[in-house]
Order: sequence, then C-alpha cells, then structure tokens
Amino acid sequence: MASVEPAIEVRDLRKSYGELEAVRGIEFTVRRGEIYGLLGPNGAGKTSTVEILEGYRERSSGHVSVLGFDPGDRPRELRARVGIVLQSSGIYNYASVAESISHFAHFYPHPRDVDEVIELTGLGEKRDARARTLSGGQRRRLDLALALIGDPELIFLDEPTTGFDPAARRGAWQTIRSLRELGKTVLLTTHYLDEAQELADRVAIVKGGRILAEGSPSELGVGRGSRYRVAYANGDGEATVVETDDPTRLLHELTGAALARGEQLRSLSVTRPSLEDIYLELTADA
Amino acid sequence: MPSNAAALWRQYRFERRMFWRNRSAAFFNFLLPLIFLALFGAIVSGHQNELDVIVPGIAGMSVMSTTFTALAYNLTFMREQGVLKRIRGTPLPSGVYLGGLALNAITNTAIQIAIVVVAGRLFFNLGWPPQPLTLVVFVVAGVAAFALLGASLSYAIPSFESAPAVINGVFVPVILVSGVFFDVKHVPGFLRDIAQALPLEPLINGLTGGFVAGHGDINHHLTALAVIGFWALVGVVLAVRGFSWEARRS
Repeated sequence: MASVEPAIEVRDLRKSYGELEAVRGIEFTVRRGEIYGLLGPNGAGKTSTVEILEGYRERSSGHVSVLGFDPGDRPRELRARVGIVLQSSGIYNYASVAESISHFAHFYPHPRDVDEVIELTGLGEKRDARARTLSGGQRRRLDLALALIGDPELIFLDEPTTGFDPAARRGAWQTIRSLRELGKTVLLTTHYLDEAQELADRVAIVKGGRILAEGSPSELGVGRGSRYRVAYANGDGEATVVETDDPTRLLHELTGAALARGEQLRSLSVTRPSLEDIYLELTADA
Repeated sequence: MPSNAAALWRQYRFERRMFWRNRSAAFFNFLLPLIFLALFGAIVSGHQNELDVIVPGIAGMSVMSTTFTALAYNLTFMREQGVLKRIRGTPLPSGVYLGGLALNAITNTAIQIAIVVVAGRLFFNLGWPPQPLTLVVFVVAGVAAFALLGASLSYAIPSFESAPAVINGVFVPVILVSGVFFDVKHVPGFLRDIAQALPLEPLINGLTGGFVAGHGDINHHLTALAVIGFWALVGVVLAVRGFSWEARRS
C-alpha cells in the first residue's frame, strides 16, 4: 500500500553552486500525514533542499524520493500530486481570485471544488477581486489556494507567514493545521521558532548545509544532553543557575541544605531548554 | 488530465482575456501601427512610390513589435514576477504554457496585419494584397523568427526595470536601419548590408512583394525567406539553451 512508503526520503543530499557547497549531506524522512519543519537561518541550505524536492533544481549527488518519484525527472504525475507555495511568486494581476483558482484547477486531474478552496483559505470576501488589489496577506492566501486546488497529497510551504501580522499568522497556522486534519503531508521551511514549535510534528534544524538536530519540538528540548536548568537565589540573594541531568537529586540536595540552614530558596525554577535555546545554541557561530 | 490541445486552447483564451483586461496596453498595441500609418501617410501623401514603401514597412514593424518586443517584455515580466516558476510547479506542460503565450502574441500580429491591409486598401491606394500567399508566408516566417528571438532576448535582460531599455535598444536601431520608413535603396552600402543580414529588412522585402503589385511572386523573395529562416534557427538554439524560468538572484 502506498501509505506505508514515506512521503519524502532524502539520503546524503548534496548541492554545489560552483565552489560553494550549499547542501552537504542532508538526510531526513517525512512520513505520510505529518508536518515536517526545516528550521534554520537564511542561507542554511533549506531553500536549496526544498527546491530539489520540488523539481526546480538538480542535485549534485545523493538519493531523493518524493511520493516514490525522483523529482529530478520532473514527472507530470508527481507535479499533479504536490502543491507548492514558494516564498514569492507572481500571479496574473488582472485575474480575479476565483478566476485564477478555477484556471489552475484545469491543470490537475482531480481538482478540489473552487468554492471549497476559497472558503478554506478565507478568501470568500475577495473572490471577485483582481489579484493586483489584494493585500500581501491576501496574496499569500491566494498562493496557498493555488497550491491546494489540485488536491495534493504533499504540500511544500516555504516561509508561509513571512511578513504577516500576528493575527494573520494565527489564521495561517489554523489553515495549515487543517491540512493535517485532511491527511495531507506538509514540508514546511521557516526561520520562525514559534512557527516550527506550533505546527511541526518533527523539526530538523539546518545550518551550513547540514542537519544539526532532528526530533519533535519537545524531544529536541529534552533530547540534547537531557539538560535541566535549575535556577535559584542563594543565601546572599545571588542568582545561581545549575545544569543537570538529574534534577531530582539536585533539588533534594539544594532544598535539604537550605532547610538545614533554615533558609528559603527564593526564585527557584526548573526548566527544560526550549526549542529556542537549542536553536540558538546550535546555530551560534562558535 | 485534459489533453494538451484542450489545455493549450484554454491557456490561450485565458491569456487573451488577460490581454484585454489591461486596457491601456491593449489600446496602444493596436493604435501604434495606425498612428504610424496616419503620420507617414500624411507626410508622403500623394507620392505612391513612398506609400508603397511605408505600408509593408509598417507591417514588418508590426510583426516585430507584436512578437519580438511583446514576448521579450512579457517573458521578462512573468519571470521576474515568479509566474513562470509557479506555472512550472504545476502539471501544466511547459510547452502548453509557452504555446499559449505565443498564440496570444500571434493573434495580435494577425490583428495588426489586418489593420494595415485594410488601411492600405482604404487610404493608400494599394488595393487588396496582390500576392496573398507571399504575404502569409512572410508573416508566418517573421512571426516564428521574431517570437523565438524575443524569447531569447528575455534571457539577456537581467531585470524587469532594464527591459524597456534593452528591448528598445534593439528594436529602434533595427527598424531605423531596415527601411520601415524609407526605401533601403537610399541607405549607405555598409548599413544596407547589415540590414539585409538582419531579419527585418528581408521580412519587409517579402511583405513588399505581398502588398505591392509588380514585385514578383514568392520566388523573387526566396533569399529573403532564407535569411529569416536562418534567424529562426538562431532563435531556436538561443531560446532552448538560454531560457530561464526563474528570476535572477542578485
């Protein structure tokens, strides 16, 4: 059955532009029905990787499979089964929202209903507006609508909320979550940590053309060295931070000692490193 | 999936609808040859020899502006805007998409040539074209060569802002040297040699045979046809090798 096979498989992917090696041996697997996030700073190799998977670029070496196809061959059947939202892409300025979507619907063998997609992307009020009159956020929703009209199994979202105000981001996140409910697989690239944390089932942190860490957002928090951070103010009121793999023992010792001295441990907190800490630690230039 | 022919027809109709939506562009597209005809008709009024030069000259210019100029401009715009890249990510075959763009341009060529033919009949004493076959063959050859060269030129244009400068930098010298507005006979020898090696002068040469009686049938213009054919081949090679679907990254 097709659903056993992963949606995306990448093995030892490499891509060079002349002297510059932008992708240096990236490996990951995206399972069917999950939202997988590639997180990293600009120039990390995210876009090169995704554009190879989308069939826009040829890889220098490595193995890549998308829905069982080699995207380098640009098979038409594969293009009919994926939807692509690029970072920026133009649209027919003089076409209305509904016209654009229904024109694109004819490119696909089994398109979704135009009105349904307009509804899903929240463009109902703008259905007869010309594309050139749309705001940035509305154009982005039209981008998503055009990627969804072919009823794709796999959707590539490249920086889907860059430039959005907070309310628009929440709205876009809701739409992306609804894709998961529809059983779609999503490959998301982003440089926003909160976006990856909010949406992705699993995240790969990419830097310098390599994957530095991979896991669910919460796993990434604990996984790296299993560090817990215990912070408190000592007897002189000085803020103290201790990192440990074994917070139970440490807390027992700290609280025991404090009780023996008849003191309180003020500002006591135990935290796990957030995805942000991990990200900053991994992507910092050492 | 729809058949390629059905998809091409649909893409063509969509391009036509979008063309007419941009009203000012559509209006000037068809007004331009009329303005040229009216101006030069007034300037050389009464001199049939010169009218015989102007009408095929304007027709040749129309072929070049509706295909070469329009496609170089549109393809650069679509590429820089990211429309080409978006289309390339869909199952629509690239050939169908580019075919739709080309047919849209060719429709404008046909409309402009029809305008010139009717104007020649009504206002320039030319009658209906005496050699319609020559006219059609040369329009078709000219369209093919200039459309391909226009697509190739778009590759040499680095950004949309520089498109008008680059395109006019080619278009204006070529129409001046190729005898759109005067008989090439009056041009100095070396310029005439250059003009005859470029595709527009041979196109006007053949169109003259189509529009004006007494210039022989198509057999008298075969050299000109061969030059246009050569440029069409150059266009094929350059367009296939150089075509880019993506905006340049600076």
